[in-house]
Amino acid sequence: MTTTSHGVRDVPVTDAVLEVDGLTVEFPTEDGTVRAVRGVGYRLDRGESLGIVGESGSGKSVTALAVMGLLPGTARVGGSVRFEGTELLGLSDARLSDLRGSGIAMIFQDPMTSLNPVHTVGHQITETLQRHHPGLNRRTARARAVELLGTVGIPGPERRVDAYPHELSGGMRQRVVIAIAMANDPDVIIADEPTTALDVTVQAQILEALQTARAETGAALVLITHDLGVVAGHTDRVAVMYAGRIVETGSVEDIFYTPRMPYTLGLLGSLPRLDRDEERLTPITGSPPSLLNLPPGCPFAPRCPLRRDTCDDTEPALRPVGPEPHFSACHFAAELADTGAEDVFDTVGADAEALARYADATTPDEPPKDTV
Amino acid sequence: MTRSEPAAAALPPLAGHGGTSEPVLQVRDLVKHFPVMSRGVVRRRVGDLHAVCGVSFDLFENETLGLVGESGSGKTTVARTVLNLETATSGRVRYRGRDLTALDRRRMRPLRRELQIVFQDPYASLDPRISVHEIVAEPLRIHGRYGPGAKDEVRELLRLVGLNPEHGNRFAHEFSGGQRQRIGIARALALHPKVIVLDEPVSALDVSIQAGVLNLLMDLQSELGLSFLFVAHDLSVMRHVARRVAVMYLGRLVEIAPARELFARPAHPYTQALVSAIPLPDPRKERARTRITVQGDVPSPVRPPSGCRFRTRCPTFARHLTDSERTACVEEVPALVDRGGGNPVACHYARNVTLL
Repeated sequence: MTTTSHGVRDVPVTDAVLEVDGLTVEFPTEDGTVRAVRGVGYRLDRGESLGIVGESGSGKSVTALAVMGLLPGTARVGGSVRFEGTELLGLSDARLSDLRGSGIAMIFQDPMTSLNPVHTVGHQITETLQRHHPGLNRRTARARAVELLGTVGIPGPERRVDAYPHELSGGMRQRVVIAIAMANDPDVIIADEPTTALDVTVQAQILEALQTARAETGAALVLITHDLGVVAGHTDRVAVMYAGRIVETGSVEDIFYTPRMPYTLGLLGSLPRLDRDEERLTPITGSPPSLLNLPPGCPFAPRCPLRRDTCDDTEPALRPVGPEPHFSACHFAAELADTGAEDVFDTVGADAEALARYADATTPDEPPKDTV
Repeated sequence: MTRSEPAAAALPPLAGHGGTSEPVLQVRDLVKHFPVMSRGVVRRRVGDLHAVCGVSFDLFENETLGLVGESGSGKTTVARTVLNLETATSGRVRYRGRDLTALDRRRMRPLRRELQIVFQDPYASLDPRISVHEIVAEPLRIHGRYGPGAKDEVRELLRLVGLNPEHGNRFAHEFSGGQRQRIGIARALALHPKVIVLDEPVSALDVSIQAGVLNLLMDLQSELGLSFLFVAHDLSVMRHVARRVAVMYLGRLVEIAPARELFARPAHPYTQALVSAIPLPDPRKERARTRITVQGDVPSPVRPPSGCRFRTRCPTFARHLTDSERTACVEEVPALVDRGGGNPVACHYARNVTLL
């Protein structure tokens, strides 16, 4: 693996709050080793926001769990994760617990499973507060819990503080999770698909609450999502993951306006858009590769219209394209300048010949009969 | 309501709902309530869940009508009730001179050839124990059309939806989500239907896969002149596939308009909030947008608000109306009629707003 850190290197080191370098995660299974994360590196500066996008199975959530030290014992984790200069990999669980919540907080996708159903939401917030501030008395902790619930936009926080998770809607529960995440003023918030389970109008409210939480705490944000729209509006930089690696990273503008990796191009071209008419979408044919026994070469090659022989032999490293923070892992990134998805991908739909034959076979209107 | 007479007289067209030809499917005042039972040993009916309340629309030949709404809006119930998979509490669904709500299972069956459905979850909607060939052939067998040429017919259907016909002897679990949804589409096409109801056909799929299924559906619709009732929660998908879009909120239609107009100049505050809430995959536009946001969550459909059901979350109601103006929202159910904006909208104070 030749992958190293791929952030903005010329910024003074002191600004980095989270540095991930050459992170690998492997899961041994009966069929062999699943290499879920294969050398992921990023760097997050204080107060900055990074979006990690990718489809199911790209390794984006596993990366986050590895950073938090939350993977099961069977997972083999390699590489380096530094929080404010301290190496987290290999740290004891007790030491990690001191950091979780106060240093790095995490927001999960499903608030019903991340909240404890047998305790009130107030109890769960004060528990987090008292874990990191043992001297805090109950009354102060409760007052702070009410305040936090108010901050994330829960109406009637004095009442809701005594509610159990099942008494709240999905949106309200996710607000409680955000309140817990911001309770101890973390430096980094990692949000893993925080709005995926929610309706759009509620999603908008939750994203707003997340912005409030960041504004209050000054926390940097790692936002993991499959929704490119959410990333466009809420992050400064974006990393696109595919088959356990970052295949393109850059500023949001770089990624959305001048993508240099065919996969990114394909993703953007396959999105139906609310703000414009598109004649055809450009789907990416095929499926992502199995991370068990991954063949050599570029993992995207089997689905890539630009594939050439080199692609099957060597996996391209993440190399700079254009001005600094923009990197792409494609042998032919240079050729993708000023290229749109429709120049690269086919707009395949139905099989034209089969469609014509099917149309011929369709009998014109026959009157409906009462019996078969 | 008389249920004995299946032949239904032609219904008057809905004013302003668009379309010039004869509608294929006419839905009028469709109501579906589900009983709410008490807990305990003796379960009594203690109330009704108002899933669908007085929904009317026309589906024309060779068009895709989008039905959009958030969870609990009743859009899936409309889809199922239209096909008589759920029995309507009241209202009429007229297809080719027949009132479907008056038909029992036996009399419904011949019509099912022409009215097909594709379900949301490609993992749950395909039988895991039979081969894909059998899954696609099943409608042919049920309707007595599995003749000598049927094997080839099934292969042809698989080819049509972009699958390798050689894979017919495989089982559903051997296919990816996108491929399974294609199998579901092939099954729906097997009997050469006229109308296909698509219930969230792409919401379980990753975007790169979703795009292929959408292209396939659009080809089928336009080349075969099918009528699609396309149910989805994703407005961007709707904008792309539908000619007209109907927006549902808590069991009622609140606005119906040609897709382009609906998204360019929504008139109902709920539609405006929906359009506002969709994040655009364009950083500059996304940062510069003005948003109309709603507060709170969808109220319970067991005890929906009086008058306009959206008033409890409506930004217009909360911020721009006087107390006397609000009386109408509380007391009067707003009718779905053209209020000067060109398209039917169910809001007493509808006003077209440009958001994109």
